[in-house]
Amino acid sequence: MTLFVSLKEAIAENVFDGDVVALEGFTHLIPYAAGHEIIRQQRKDLTLVRMTPDLIYDQLIGMGCVKKMIFSWGGNPGVGSLRRFRDAYEKSWPHKLEIEEHSHAAMANAYEAGAAGLPCAVFRGYLGAGLAEVNPNIRFIECPFTGERLASVPSIRPDVSVIHAQKANRNGDVLIEGIVGVQKEAVLAAKRAIVTVEEIVDNFDDVHPNACVLPNWTLKAVVKVPGGAHPSYAKGYYERDNAFYKAWDPIASERETFQAWMQDNVLNQGPEAFAERVAFTPAKQ
Amino acid sequence: MNYTPTEMMTVAAARAIRNDDVCFVGIGMPSAACNLARLTHAPDVTLIYESGTIGTKPDVLPLSIGDGELCDTAVTTVAVPEMFRYWLQGGRISVGFLGAAQLDKYGNLNTTVVGDDYDNPKVRLPGGGGAPEIATSCGEIFIVMKQSARGFVDNIDFMTSLGHGKTGTERESLGVKTKGPSRLTTDLCIMETDPATREFIVTSIHPGVTREQIIENTGWAIRFADQVVETPAPNETELSALRALNERTARAHAGQ
Repeated sequence: MTLFVSLKEAIAENVFDGDVVALEGFTHLIPYAAGHEIIRQQRKDLTLVRMTPDLIYDQLIGMGCVKKMIFSWGGNPGVGSLRRFRDAYEKSWPHKLEIEEHSHAAMANAYEAGAAGLPCAVFRGYLGAGLAEVNPNIRFIECPFTGERLASVPSIRPDVSVIHAQKANRNGDVLIEGIVGVQKEAVLAAKRAIVTVEEIVDNFDDVHPNACVLPNWTLKAVVKVPGGAHPSYAKGYYERDNAFYKAWDPIASERETFQAWMQDNVLNQGPEAFAERVAFTPAKQ
Repeated sequence: MNYTPTEMMTVAAARAIRNDDVCFVGIGMPSAACNLARLTHAPDVTLIYESGTIGTKPDVLPLSIGDGELCDTAVTTVAVPEMFRYWLQGGRISVGFLGAAQLDKYGNLNTTVVGDDYDNPKVRLPGGGGAPEIATSCGEIFIVMKQSARGFVDNIDFMTSLGHGKTGTERESLGVKTKGPSRLTTDLCIMETDPATREFIVTSIHPGVTREQIIENTGWAIRFADQVVETPAPNETELSALRALNERTARAHAGQ
């Protein structure tokens, strides 16, 4: 049964130390507010999964919540490196970080296989690529029909997946629009799923029948957090804060400036702060 | 008209895009070149970004691979697993346009680590993202990259994406059917793949650039084609379109 709960309750009841956690969003609809709540609740030894870990994973890593990261592209898009990720991986600060690295195609296929209840994904990939030599979770199989050599990776089955979406209806069904990334697959692949949403509406009577909707029985918790994707964005509500992504680089480059920023903007704040960080489009004001 | 080496590079890279191409676009310089092509000689080119946007026509360059502008102006936006399975792996993309931190003369690309120990790198780079499969599934690969002896190396530290392999013959031996890297545009020159050896050779030199400059900024023993031409300088249409695009982009990314 889906529950409308507070963000604090949603994280407390569904994210535990040592869990495999996917906070997905392909640039769009990244669940920042939920990530901040995980930091405030000081979860430890998490294995974070995501195709494009960006600032929120940098923050979780820098705050010592993470044991391992499984990813395919870890950077600040258009800006450069994730400074906290590199500090943890290269210099073990605040502690050592393990990594398991894939390509986007591998991770997208692995999420899909997880959603489909399969043990592994099969695809034409990693041909001649070095990752296959350093990651034992990349193997090759022979097609039983043609003999073609194909890549295979284990399916992704997170303990909990967290996503942000545009809206939920009163029943707790959730609508995602725009760049939908791998959010649907991440939710269906997980044992438990939390969704933060911009707003809750009476019904989805005006929604296109082919829209991406996750029925309430696929979710454990639905939480209203307006602005909860900032500095990422929610199509139809507010735009990506590209200026903040650029501003993050100098903040994250030094341990001291990073810690001060986290104290002021995460530890001393709650999810309600997110609504003030975005400029909602006129139609939604 | 005066222009910078970066403008020359972007314009020269854009010219390689054909109007009927379906192009898988990497972020940064490839994105600038592909959109400049669309705004000048290739208005019907289909641009695809790995976030799932197909046929996008952004007014400003995206800072990330999934800016809202890309979805808002696209013919359609599909889920990321569909993008990689049906569209890329399905063989529906004619050109993959990539950049890299390091490349070698066979067009093998590294965006993973600097240093030869993967577990203890000198520099941990963001990683391959879509590139390992873009490199083998797109019809051919164009590369755009600022030329330097540090980036253009004899041996890349890590094989993120296959070009023509360590000896130039690996695509064939691995059963890869696509053409691979065919063209490399830099701020100094244009290189094309030698059909015999599969290595990049200089075929066109940008105005004012000397052969010595190209040699100095290349970490391998660079070869020049028998017939080397001079790259036509950017014309007014190309330059004004590029500058307007860059100005719109800078304004948008500053939050204005």
